[in-house]
Amino acid sequence: MARYGMAIDTMRCVGCMDCVVACKTENELPEGLCRDWIVTEATGAFPDTRLELRSERCNHCDRPPCVHCCPTGASHVEDPGHLVQITKELCIGCKACLAACPYDARYIHRDGYADKCTFCVHRVEQGLSPACVAVCPTRCMHFGDLDDPHSEVSRLLTSRRHHALQPEAGTGPRIFFLT
Amino acid sequence: MIEFTNTRANHLVDPFLHVWGWEIPLYLFLGGLVAGMMAIVGWFLFTGRHRQTHSVMALLPGLGLVLLSLGMGALFLDLEHKPYVWRLYTTFQPSSPMSWGAWILVAVYPALLGALLLSVPTFLRERFPALATLSDRLRAQAPVVRGIAAANLSLGGLLGIYTGILLSAMGARPLWNSAVLGPLFLASGLSSAAALVHMMARDRSESQLLARADNRFLQTEIVLLALFFIGLLTATQVHIRAAGLLFGGPFTAVFWVGVVGVGIALPLFIQSLAVSHRIRHTPVAPLLVLAGGLLLRFVIVHAGQVSRWGPG
Repeated sequence: MARYGMAIDTMRCVGCMDCVVACKTENELPEGLCRDWIVTEATGAFPDTRLELRSERCNHCDRPPCVHCCPTGASHVEDPGHLVQITKELCIGCKACLAACPYDARYIHRDGYADKCTFCVHRVEQGLSPACVAVCPTRCMHFGDLDDPHSEVSRLLTSRRHHALQPEAGTGPRIFFLT
Repeated sequence: MIEFTNTRANHLVDPFLHVWGWEIPLYLFLGGLVAGMMAIVGWFLFTGRHRQTHSVMALLPGLGLVLLSLGMGALFLDLEHKPYVWRLYTTFQPSSPMSWGAWILVAVYPALLGALLLSVPTFLRERFPALATLSDRLRAQAPVVRGIAAANLSLGGLLGIYTGILLSAMGARPLWNSAVLGPLFLASGLSSAAALVHMMARDRSESQLLARADNRFLQTEIVLLALFFIGLLTATQVHIRAAGLLFGGPFTAVFWVGVVGVGIALPLFIQSLAVSHRIRHTPVAPLLVLAGGLLLRFVIVHAGQVSRWGPG
């Protein structure tokens, strides 16, 4: 079975937020809430400075604490892609998953259930890319099977320097940032 | 230098996590308090105090049921998807402390009801003679009494420790991510329960007994707090930063003055004088213990949500 992940090229990302708008539109998100967002990280001191722009979202972790803490099984791992998904009819809105996520990737939907990025699984099942990937004007986002050594994401991860977010938290994040 | 900007502004999540307000600390406090009361009930049953008419024992199971229901009411108020609360009881998720808690709470009710049947308060005995007869029959069965006592002791322990594990299982919040939190909340629950029962007791020997016990629980709390901080301060940078919230950070004053000073040290000092008969027992120390126990939950729940792995 596939294990979907993303490789995002920080050298190409310009922080235009098209991915954020595409996600909100595609998934009909309520006003004021977002499943993906842009982080700008500036490091160093002049003149040795570095700027990294990152499009961040749920990392669909290999060891997802949000799934482990869910008291009803609403948060679960499912195929295709071994993705972390939420069944809203099972969610009681206890917010344990929000507290358990080291990336603060979840939020409470206006209707009361926990919500987050699904990697646009409804599009992926039709052979399409997630909405954020599809609209990116600089083509900095790459989506695919991390277990397939011939996939674009796997090739990028073997040929480019990259990092994940807070790997020390031990959750096994599956979004990688190419540097 | 590192500077972050983030376009995300999700409700309850940004600028820092604040998903749990007053409801969860209150629920954890009441859960711990009832856990401590169950331990006392179990102990009283084992030592035969339920047969003494002047014992405070008769009031404990009923009060425990009321307080636990209030706590569960607070928990319910915190839920964002309330119509689906019944989903808790259509499954058991062994990796989820909250699922364990939901089922422990189900087991707690019959244990407390059993204890209530063994020590029916006088006003209920007079109003419902059948209940009094049933109670007398149950009391005559030693294995039943021992079974209910053991159930209250063990479930009280489980409930008390669960209130801490619920938080400590959240690895994403470094301040909570300590195995000491379970025993700490259990000790605090036992202390709060001893304080409450001490205040309610009319029998002088019971007051003295519970004040002595409370002093031991308060001393244990101090040791566990020390271990909690040793664990955090000798761990990773994020844990040290999390401990900093209580060492110079925004929660320092309320924790050290409110929880440790007024909620533990001062009542321990007052009760030490009282149990050695240098001053009289008054409700002051028990009330401070109860306030300290409640404040401990508020500080830990709120500070823990501020602590994080990421930049901050």
